[in-house]
Amino acid sequence: MRTGVIARKVGMTRLFREDGVHVPVTVLALETNQVVAQKTADRDGYVAIQLGAGSAKAKNLTKPERGHFAKAEVEPKAVLAEFPVAEDALVEVGATISADHFLVGQLVDVTGATQGKGFAGAMKRWGFGGLRATHGVSVSHRSHGSTGNRQDPGKVFKNKKMAGHMGDKNRTQQNLEIVQTDVERDLLFVRGSVPGSKGGWLLIRDSVKVSRPADAPYPASVKTAGAPAETPAQEAPAVEATVEEQA
Amino acid sequence: MNLLQTIEAENIAKLKAARGVPEFRAGDTLRVGVKVKEGERTRVQQFEGVCIARSNKGMGSSFTVRKISFGEGVERVFPLYSPIIETIEVVRRGAVRRAKLYYLRGRSGKSARIAERRDARPVAEKAEA
Repeated sequence: MRTGVIARKVGMTRLFREDGVHVPVTVLALETNQVVAQKTADRDGYVAIQLGAGSAKAKNLTKPERGHFAKAEVEPKAVLAEFPVAEDALVEVGATISADHFLVGQLVDVTGATQGKGFAGAMKRWGFGGLRATHGVSVSHRSHGSTGNRQDPGKVFKNKKMAGHMGDKNRTQQNLEIVQTDVERDLLFVRGSVPGSKGGWLLIRDSVKVSRPADAPYPASVKTAGAPAETPAQEAPAVEATVEEQA
Repeated sequence: MNLLQTIEAENIAKLKAARGVPEFRAGDTLRVGVKVKEGERTRVQQFEGVCIARSNKGMGSSFTVRKISFGEGVERVFPLYSPIIETIEVVRRGAVRRAKLYYLRGRSGKSARIAERRDARPVAEKAEA
């Protein structure tokens, strides 16, 4: 198992294939993914890489956080996340993961917090039908109605679908295709939508259901300082799945 | 310009270099060359009619062309930057006072005519931007 990356959702756009089929894509920006720490079996009991992305002001960090970043000799990061990896897939601390870590056509899983909807009623949250518009219904047209039986159970069962907080939950979208990668700007173009709002942070991993391609960089595609990017803006006309043709 | 707009602008520039998009607006009569795939070979089919709407949404921009085919109104929405469009040719420019000419749907014959637009200023062949 190799490491994933942290990315920020930039927004959605569309690309056109040569034959005119349009491909809806979400643009994800990597924003300097650096290895901040390694977790090893000897010391921590498990093997993982801690990645950091984005940038934070040093004055807004706590002292322990400052010490943590200082130890790794990396700029302060806005987000940190751990990715469990295999023993031989550890990447040295300070290394920067580049966007060609994922190959065009590869499938990935994208994890993030969904858009928060606040306190939502049963109609919006669970798709209930609500009450009637007429026939004597007063005030409670969007209510959920009955929540149970009578004296026999004498209680409302747990997990009864009711109004409550909706959204802002961690969700994983599986098997999204990488349509294009841009190494110079550190961008990933993923087919379809991903959880969360624009500007939100996401974790992108190799798909768990479809094994990664054999020629994917292992343990990771690391950016070497100063060296020019080898494959700038990999163009991908090879989108396999069929989309209905526009027009 | 944010990152997304930059990416879209680049893609649009690439496409414009390949095909070019003439200046046109609602009310203009257009001849659109559409690539049609028939088995192995592709040919270009012309679709000529009045542009009744334009929608400007970056890469998602589109325009609607309406024509009367065998007495039946036919409308087709083209993505402006789609590679299936080979050419867009402005046949006639129309003078209209609306951005969306959906009112043409309810009209036919004489009342569906659009006057030709004549600019006071002499404008040489509208540049292919």
